[in-house]
Amino acid sequence: MTKIPYFPGCTLKTKARNFEKSALASTGLLGIELTELPRWNCCGAVYPLTSDDLMQCVASVGNLIRVQEMNQTGMVSNEYRLVVLCSMCLNVLKRSHKRMIEQNEQLKKINEFMYLEKEPYKGNVTVVHLLELLKEHGFEKIRDAVKKPLSGLRVSPYYGCALLRPREVGIDDPENPKIQEELLSTLGATVVDNPLKLRCCGSYQTVRDKQLVINLAYDILSRAQDAGAEAISTSCPLCSFNIDNRQKEIIKNHSEFKPLPVFYFTQLMTVAFGLSQEHCGFEQNHIDPQQLLKDKGVL
Amino acid sequence: MQNQLIPVFILGKKYYVPRGSTFITAMEHVGFKLKKGVGCREGFCGACASLYRLDAEYKLHGGLGCQTVVQPNMQIVQIPFTPVPKVIYNLESIKPDPNVFVAHYPELYRCLSCNTCTKICPQELQVMDFVQATIRGDFALAANLSFDCIMCGLCSARCPSEIAQFNVALLARRIFGKYLVEKGSWLQHRKDEIASGKFDDGYKELVRSSSDQIMKRYYERKIDFDTT
Amino acid sequence: MTARIVITSKNREFQRKIDELSGQVCTLCDQCGTCTGSCPMAFEMDTTPSNMIRMVQLGQEEVLDKKTLWICASCYTCTVRCPRGLDPSKIAEALRQIKLRQAIDHIDIHKIPKNEIDILPQIALVAAFRKFTG
Repeated sequence: MTKIPYFPGCTLKTKARNFEKSALASTGLLGIELTELPRWNCCGAVYPLTSDDLMQCVASVGNLIRVQEMNQTGMVSNEYRLVVLCSMCLNVLKRSHKRMIEQNEQLKKINEFMYLEKEPYKGNVTVVHLLELLKEHGFEKIRDAVKKPLSGLRVSPYYGCALLRPREVGIDDPENPKIQEELLSTLGATVVDNPLKLRCCGSYQTVRDKQLVINLAYDILSRAQDAGAEAISTSCPLCSFNIDNRQKEIIKNHSEFKPLPVFYFTQLMTVAFGLSQEHCGFEQNHIDPQQLLKDKGVL
Repeated sequence: MQNQLIPVFILGKKYYVPRGSTFITAMEHVGFKLKKGVGCREGFCGACASLYRLDAEYKLHGGLGCQTVVQPNMQIVQIPFTPVPKVIYNLESIKPDPNVFVAHYPELYRCLSCNTCTKICPQELQVMDFVQATIRGDFALAANLSFDCIMCGLCSARCPSEIAQFNVALLARRIFGKYLVEKGSWLQHRKDEIASGKFDDGYKELVRSSSDQIMKRYYERKIDFDTT
Repeated sequence: MTARIVITSKNREFQRKIDELSGQVCTLCDQCGTCTGSCPMAFEMDTTPSNMIRMVQLGQEEVLDKKTLWICASCYTCTVRCPRGLDPSKIAEALRQIKLRQAIDHIDIHKIPKNEIDILPQIALVAAFRKFTG
């Protein structure tokens, strides 16, 4: 088993435990042991976009230092990749890291500020998303692990924003990504393209203006349905909340709307690998996907 | 032995106080009559929270006035009170759900993980760590890390996100103690013993004894019980 | 009909400040409108993203009163498409920060309805608080 540092993020420990559970189970089967960072803290969810705000990077740098510590204490061995599941955490951590290695003065300043840490940040951590790790692992190996191909399941991947934009941190082409499609095909599912797969779900606006998010979610989901999708696959607990939980509000506005189950891609992996359903945590999915999976004969 | 006097700055004004004084005794020595900002004088109540700087250093430190010894040219001031939101809740009806923190103290989620609170804590607690534990909904960790918090308020006074760390931690400890901690069976066992009258005669005897007799019994007692 | 716009040193000061805070040279914007066309929130805004940048170019502080800055969801679609390599998301953030740094919150964190607080994931609240509170 390869041990690799893993940053969960707050939401994966509470509202999105299903994402973490399914990720740990499915990667475990592939021989990847996601080893949780000790003493990690909330990454901040959004990257500070003003040139002078260094304070909001402190949270990210703290987590990157933990990766260094893991290597020091032997929790992992010469492994400076940090795996993240949540798209937004990826965005913040990766952009903060880039800023540190591109602006030496700022790195020095932050290290001086964080004098309580056992060591300064040396800029040697690579932040990767699980999808990138899986691609590196090899989709053929994933195909070999599939026991219950998701045949006949028409899934539309939804990317959102934080995974692909801006270009310097995106894990794939921001206008024409292929990585989720490749994974889903490997799992045996039928991939349905949605022209709105890159459209923002509304992100944090869900706190301030629910209606805005409901409108966006309706567009994204109904276009997917028009293209023939039976389910959506995502990688972000905020996207999942906005297009899954908010569906009950969509129905209030559009009575003809049919609910569409939203999966985390790791849940689909877990099902396809034939692992027990308890690792999926479907009780936290707002639109219950179990009937759909039963109909397809994979559950 | 002559008590050496050393210079300290209290509220910006220079005074000479005996070497080895604490902030409280130094202030009282020069004539301050303290009504607020002083309490148990034993480092336990958190009333005498103070800020200080050392000679020619820029760092700001937090300390308890009754415990911190003055150094030459130290600059000291008391922060007897930090105004914070205090939320009234009913512990009987609260649920041990991770959401409970943001529901009562939403500003908690403004935390920047900057450790400013940790740096100023006079008890040297891992303040940021227990704040992060509450954000994650980890009641046990938050309760254990904040156990020695004396609610002095310095963390909240310095926090750039204006969180009341000590109030959030108090909520964590209360919920942990009431709903989540493993309850020992010995308390109920002892209550049952008392109710059964096991100690009635012994108690009556003690009440009848003189203070000399009681003192004798106290000093001659056998300490042979298991402590956990 | 001609509109007369006077640019004073005060305007120039504001424009320079936004340039500095956002790290962008706002005068590079040639008003092509790609950002507006890409923005998924544009339909809700009271002025388009391009116009927001135009107002910054002219140093018009009234841009701070526009709803546009607060409707932005930092989705970075404009960032990847701007043909001049500008980052409108950073310009919007700079404008928001001018307001927030006056210790004026854009949302009242205590007014979030209880049924929402119960279901919102941490990530939404943390992000919203970082973007809308000062």
